Amino acid sequence: MSGFEPKILAFLCNWCSYSGADLAGVSRLKMPPNVRPIRVMCSGRVDPAFVLKAFASGADGVLIGGCHPGDCHYAEGNYKALRRALFLQRMLELQGVDPRRLRIEWISASEADRYAGVVADMTEIVRALGPLNLDRWEKVRIRKR
Amino acid sequence: MGKPKLALYWAASCGGCEIAVLDIEEKILEVDASFDIVFWPCAMDFKVKDVEAKADGEIDICLFNGGIRTSENEHMAKLLRQKSKVMVAFGSCAHEGCIPGLANLYTREGIFERIYFDTQTTNNPEKVIPRPSTKVPEGELEIPVFNERLKPLDGVVKVDYYVPGCPPQPRQVWAVLEHLIQGKPPPPVGSVLGAENKTCCDECPRTREEKKIRKFYRLHEITVDENKCLMDEGIICCGPATRSGCGALCVSAGIPCRGCYGPPPDSPDQGAKMLAALSSVIDSQDPDEIQAIINTIEDPVGTFYRFSLAHSMIERNRK
Repeated sequence: MSGFEPKILAFLCNWCSYSGADLAGVSRLKMPPNVRPIRVMCSGRVDPAFVLKAFASGADGVLIGGCHPGDCHYAEGNYKALRRALFLQRMLELQGVDPRRLRIEWISASEADRYAGVVADMTEIVRALGPLNLDRWEKVRIRKR
Repeated sequence: MGKPKLALYWAASCGGCEIAVLDIEEKILEVDASFDIVFWPCAMDFKVKDVEAKADGEIDICLFNGGIRTSENEHMAKLLRQKSKVMVAFGSCAHEGCIPGLANLYTREGIFERIYFDTQTTNNPEKVIPRPSTKVPEGELEIPVFNERLKPLDGVVKVDYYVPGCPPQPRQVWAVLEHLIQGKPPPPVGSVLGAENKTCCDECPRTREEKKIRKFYRLHEITVDENKCLMDEGIICCGPATRSGCGALCVSAGIPCRGCYGPPPDSPDQGAKMLAALSSVIDSQDPDEIQAIINTIEDPVGTFYRFSLAHSMIERNRK
């Protein structure tokens, strides 16, 4: 697995996480270059199909960044995102994809350090999991009754 | 000019789609009058060699039901594709894998182990399992190879049209056949025929209110109100993630929609659509509580992808 650089797709909300990521860049914080951010208006905009499409198209990990609970610009989009993410993790696991490949984090516009930390941490976790190969099941596939 | 040639074939399916064709009742005579049926193993005596003898593209329309599970299914799909001008994936199995596609959650070895060794009713002390070839004194016997995964029809050949449903409803089958009989201009290639373009909820007669779900129930656990939306009561109904066209038959009878008409237009993945719908109505903002509510669903993959697992975004991208 030497030389494997994971590709992580990040859906970041316009009001908090994307600004946080922007601040991390402006502040020249050091972080691994494995994350490709996509700005969305709200983490609640992230349809579960986007996440599945990311995995199907070659992403090794998906990060969803939203505002802290209670801070959503649209009142409760981040709670929707949370419910979807938890649901998706269970579905992914049952379909043979390690649920740690999907992560949801609350990052405010001022939390550049936190963003850099999450990116570094997630990159290491996904690097350790290895490339996502949909043909190889990452969990026990034969359920015994 | 002779009548247009029609072929019907089944692969990995239960046979219900063949019955659905006959369920158009006396109109089947009109089908016979309008088409020259050249291959229909379920109902008429034709052999594979009759198809092989045809020129490429000689058959005008092939209605193919069933998924591709074995090497023989695959061979027949390719043969019929070669000989047919128009290939129709007829019914849920050919469209998106259906119930046989749920076996994609397990390996081939796992499936064989369960079926031939483990089930409570199996008595197989010699551990006999099907092998593609077996040597007997008289020579070598061959049976088709059981593929690692079940694929929908479009996983192995190009498909022109899809007719969803498990099985397709007779009135929809007739709508498709009638279209062909009257020789109307064909719809754009890749269209879903014999269905509508909204969701099952759109046809549902039940009354919807604001949904707030704190626990999911299975049908036998509660008594449902005759007129209220099943989802409002906490029963998982795939209506919001299912294409309309069946006439909301199950929900009208008090049974939740299972999703046999596949995802609605513009939705690439039925499970994702269902998951999004449920996530919006779970009434909690606390991660642990949300997790507990989600865990009350026994088998989310088998429930949301009951008919479309083999066509789910993850499965489609497996080799």
